[in-house]
Parts: sequence; structure tokens; C-alpha cells
Amino acid sequence: MTATSLAGGRILRIRRRTRTAAGSRPPRQRGDSSRSFLITLIAVLVVAAFLSPLLRSVAYSVKSIDQITQAHSPLYPADPVTFNFNGKDLPVYNVPLPDGTMRQLAIVEALRRQSTFVDPQDPTAAPIVWQGSWRTLEPVWQFAPHWENFGKVWDLIDYPRLLLNTVIIALISTIGTLISCTLVAYGFARFRFPGRSFLFTLLIATIFLPAAVTIIPTYTIFQRMGWVGTWLPLLVPAFFANAYDVFLMRQYFMTIPTDLDEAAAIDGAGPFRTLISVVLPQAWPVIVAVAVFHLVYSWNDFFGPLIYTAGKVDLQTVALGLQRFNGIYYREPGLIQAGTLMTLVIPVIAFLLTQRFFTRGIVITGVEK
Amino acid sequence: MAAPSIARPRVLPRFSGLAWRRARWGYVFIAPWLIGFVLFTALPMIATLAFTFTNINLAQAEPLKFVGLKNYETLLNDKQAWASLGITFKYMLLALPVAVILPFLVALLLHSRHLVASGVFRVLLFLPYVVPFIATVFIWQGMLNPETGWVNGLLKALGVNSPPGWLEDPGWVYPGLAMIGLWGIGAGMIVYLAGLKGVPTDLYEAAKIDGAGPWASLRHITIPMITPVIFYTVVLSVVEVLQYFLVPLVLQNGTGEPGGSTMFYNLYIYKNFFTFQNMSYGATLAWVLFIISLAVTLILFGTARKWVYYAGEAR
Repeated sequence: MTATSLAGGRILRIRRRTRTAAGSRPPRQRGDSSRSFLITLIAVLVVAAFLSPLLRSVAYSVKSIDQITQAHSPLYPADPVTFNFNGKDLPVYNVPLPDGTMRQLAIVEALRRQSTFVDPQDPTAAPIVWQGSWRTLEPVWQFAPHWENFGKVWDLIDYPRLLLNTVIIALISTIGTLISCTLVAYGFARFRFPGRSFLFTLLIATIFLPAAVTIIPTYTIFQRMGWVGTWLPLLVPAFFANAYDVFLMRQYFMTIPTDLDEAAAIDGAGPFRTLISVVLPQAWPVIVAVAVFHLVYSWNDFFGPLIYTAGKVDLQTVALGLQRFNGIYYREPGLIQAGTLMTLVIPVIAFLLTQRFFTRGIVITGVEK
Repeated sequence: MAAPSIARPRVLPRFSGLAWRRARWGYVFIAPWLIGFVLFTALPMIATLAFTFTNINLAQAEPLKFVGLKNYETLLNDKQAWASLGITFKYMLLALPVAVILPFLVALLLHSRHLVASGVFRVLLFLPYVVPFIATVFIWQGMLNPETGWVNGLLKALGVNSPPGWLEDPGWVYPGLAMIGLWGIGAGMIVYLAGLKGVPTDLYEAAKIDGAGPWASLRHITIPMITPVIFYTVVLSVVEVLQYFLVPLVLQNGTGEPGGSTMFYNLYIYKNFFTFQNMSYGATLAWVLFIISLAVTLILFGTARKWVYYAGEAR
């Protein structure tokens, strides 16, 4: 036993104890380790299969177009190995020799039936003549990520402009959502008024409403108002609350005891004052959750920008820019995948930084309905 | 939800002066939503309904007139509309299990007490859910590419000589689309996981004493206890699949290729609005979709009484 494995054991024991104390799952028993191994292995395989498309995208994003067009190129980003011989870069192949060995040789003269090679290890030795078609030979590859793909995409789709547009739209609409949903959720959570439960049901029902049934009049009116081709249709509705976030905030507000509200009311605080100085300071987890939800939602939104910023290239978001880019550069999958990763990196980081709030928000909207 | 009837009187108490003042504040606070609902939901819905009785077609400008039920008559004889509806329901047969059963299985795995570092797995399995829609489509388009995609790469490695063309093959396009849908299971998984954590552990202990194995306790305890979550997932997934169209819109530019197999109902609506600019007919299709969604949702809610268990509810 080494010291590190002992230390590892101690960490494991501490973790196990805290988990039991938290009470979320029953304690593991002795003799379970083989089952743990099996279950964890299954989970690893599931995650690997589930995320393999992402891995492929990452690999492609740093591949050269030359590699992508080669039929038997490796899965990882690589360049064909060449050898500089007498001032020429000669491709290197895996050549099976008559004696049964496989050697990496540079091709000097490629003919249909036979070819001539030199050994890069020993270029001064006599050239090797090999019988057979060189086209059947596998080239030698070496790991070579082409990071410049990202730089190319950055310039080609004018990424800074798209990024700025997306950030502005996401921030303004998130502010609108936070303000409006806080007010509406507070109204539903803390006040009794005739028709409250009917209106709340109506609010929830809008979640199930197909967007197609409202889109055309809305679009037509925005067009009449001259809003199509601007950001206003993407920003203004955010200030009128939405069912998901209101529901989430209302559920959270209802868990906050009303004692402090009442104390504030006795001290003469009005409803607004109570909301700002009593309720909101206790509600920050749900505020973070709604903020991240909406940021990610707005960042990922495709249909809104598609219909409202069509043809206005300088107003478009990253998602739209990527689609336009795909229409032009679809023959260069490396660039497309680099652009794709540039689109997803910010929402993914936002999620990773706030994943606890994020998942708890989903739980509240999902389980309590 | 299920409040005991004694606690809440049926008739609302009369609002005194003070209560009225509070009630007025309630309306003030919900006003943003109420105004938004009227402007962006209620009025547009009525307008859409009104459109269905007229002849608004921006492609061929005719004087606006009331045409009665003519659009609905056209719909009855429109083969494409029915084919599209058929496509949507056919895809639903495949997409619903992906959206309802798969996240449950993954949640069961994550909930297993034998799983080491379950938090890490939870984050990794949820992660694709926040990937932008357009990125998901391009990533999976590459993954499902018949020549360079890893799905066919794996199939070839397993000895399948002529693997399917997926998104380019009318016979395989639905499984391909369902695979793209895999990255949307994150939310369902998290909700199921919370449902599983909410099942009281004493139920399992009691079942164990009675001699129930893992399969029996899954069937007789876990699944009945989380039926509310299953119900929620089913309803939301059905409504979502009925509106499915963005993926084929991006993949095939909304042409319905290969062979018309991806001309989903909602895509057909979109085409009528934004390509043919036949507003009245598009509105008619949209209202029919609304009626179908409403009917399906109501039927599901109707069946809920029979199979969804709500704790604390007298039955």
C-alpha cells in the first residue's frame, strides 16, 4: 500500500460519511464495490456515447480540409507526414516489405505497378523499389491540431459583431424577464384577488399553446409598426413576463415565510418596498436560476432572430450567423464544427458555473406542477 | 393542488376595504403578464381565427373578403396537410419513448446508490441540453453523415456492410431525427431524478421486508410513485412533438427532403406563412393544430385520474 492510496481511502471514507449524513441516498454496504464498479462503468459508457458527437465536433474543428477529404485518415486531427528529400516534400507511407516488415518510407517516384522509396532514417542509402500500386498504401499521420480554423471562422463570419449582438439581446431580454417575472410572481404569490387561480391556470396553459397560432398576427403587427428588421420583437415581449419563469419564481416566493413581510408592513412599508427589501434578498437563488435560464434561452433562440432579423446581417445573433456560415462553407466541415463550438461555448460555461441553481430551477418547474 | 376541502371554503370571503386594497395591488403586480397575454397571445389568437375565414394571401393580392369555411374545405382536400399530420404522428411514435422512457432510465442510473461520483455524471449528461439548437443540429448532422459520421463508422466496425443513409434516407430519417432529439433529454432526466429522490425510502424498506426484489420494487413502488413526473413529461413531449419543425427546417432548408418525409405539419404551416405567404390558409392549419393539441392535452388530463398518483389525495 502506498501513501497515496491510503490518503485516497480516507477521502473516500469522509465522502461516504457526508453523503449518509445528507441522507439523500442510503449508505453503501460492504461487498458492493464490484457492483459499484459495474454501475459506474455503465455510466461511463453512457456518457461516452452521449457526448461522442461533441468529441467528434471538437476533433473536426481542428482538422485540416486535406485530412477531412482523405478517406482513411485518423479520427484525431493530423497531418500527413512528409520528408524533405533533395528540396522536395515527399509523402511518407507505411510500406509492407517482402520480408514481412512494415517500414515508413518516403515516395520518390510513384508509378502504377512499382514505386521507388527512400528511407527517411537513412536517406543516403540506396532507394528501395517496391512492387505494387502505391495507391493501396496507407499514409503516415502525425498529430497536428489546426487551431487556425477558429481564427478563420472568427474573421469569416465576423464573430465579434455576432457576439456583441447576441450579448446585448440576451442581457436586455434577461433584465426584462427578471423585472417582469418578479413582479408577476410576487403578485400571484402574495396577494389574494378575485380570479387569481383562474388567471394562474391561464398563465400555465400558455406553456401548451402552439406558437403557430399566434405568430402571424404578431409578425404582421410588428411589421406594420416597422419593428421587423430590428431587435424590438426580440426584446419587448421579454418585459411582459413568461409562464415558465413566473411559475418558478412564484413557487420559490411561496416558500419564503410571510412573517417578515408582515413586520415590514407594520413598519409602514408598501408592497413595492416589501418586495425589494424583504422578499428579493431572500430569493436570490431563484433570481440566479431565472437569469441563467433566460440568458441561455435567449442565446440559443433560433426562430425569433430567424424571422425578425432575416436579411439584416449586422443585427444577427451567433446562432443565425452560424446557419448563414453553414450555407456558404458547408464543404469545409472543419470550419463548420469550429463555428459550432464557438456558438455553444458560452451557454455551456454559463451552465457549468451555475449548474446547481440551474438544475434546481428545472426541478421546481418540473416536479411541482 | 389537492388542498383538503375544509381548509378552503368554496365561496370566496367578501373582500373588506383593506382586502380590496391588497387585491388591487395584486392586479398591479400581475399587470405586465396580463397586458402581455392580451397583446401577444389572446388578440393574436383571435386574429388568427379571424384570418381563417378570409382570403389573405400576400403572394396574390386579392381584395380582402370573407370566404366562410372555404379554407377549411381546402384543408379537407389537401393531401399534403394530411400527409404532414401523418408524418408528425408517425414521428411521435418514435420520439415519445425517447423523450419519456430514456430520461427515466438515465435517471435510474444516476440515482443508483452504487454509482460513484454521480454529480459529475449528472452534469455531463445534462450538458447537451444547454447546447444551442443550431449547434446541436450541425454536430449531429456530422455524426450521422453516411460516409464520415461516427455512427456509421461504428456500424462498419461492427461488420455492417451498407449502413443506412440516416438523414438522407427516407426510411431512416426518423431514427436519425430521434437521435438528434437525444440531446434534449436533460431536463426530463433532472425532473425524473428529483422524482426518484422524493420517493420515501421507508416504502423500499417495507417492500424489502416483504421479500420484493429490485424489479418488483421498481414496478410496484418507484413507477407508481413517480407517475406525476411521467405524466408531466408525456404531456410536454406530446405538445412539443406536435410542434416539431425546426430541425428539418434547418437540415433540409424546409424542403421536406428526403422524399417529402420531413414535411412535418408545423413545417407545412411555416411554409404556408413564410414561403407561400398564404396567411389565411396557414392560419387555418395553425388553428387545427391548436385544436389537436388542446384535444390531446385534454384527453391526457382525462386519463390522468386513472393512472397518476398524487400523494395526499383522497381516492
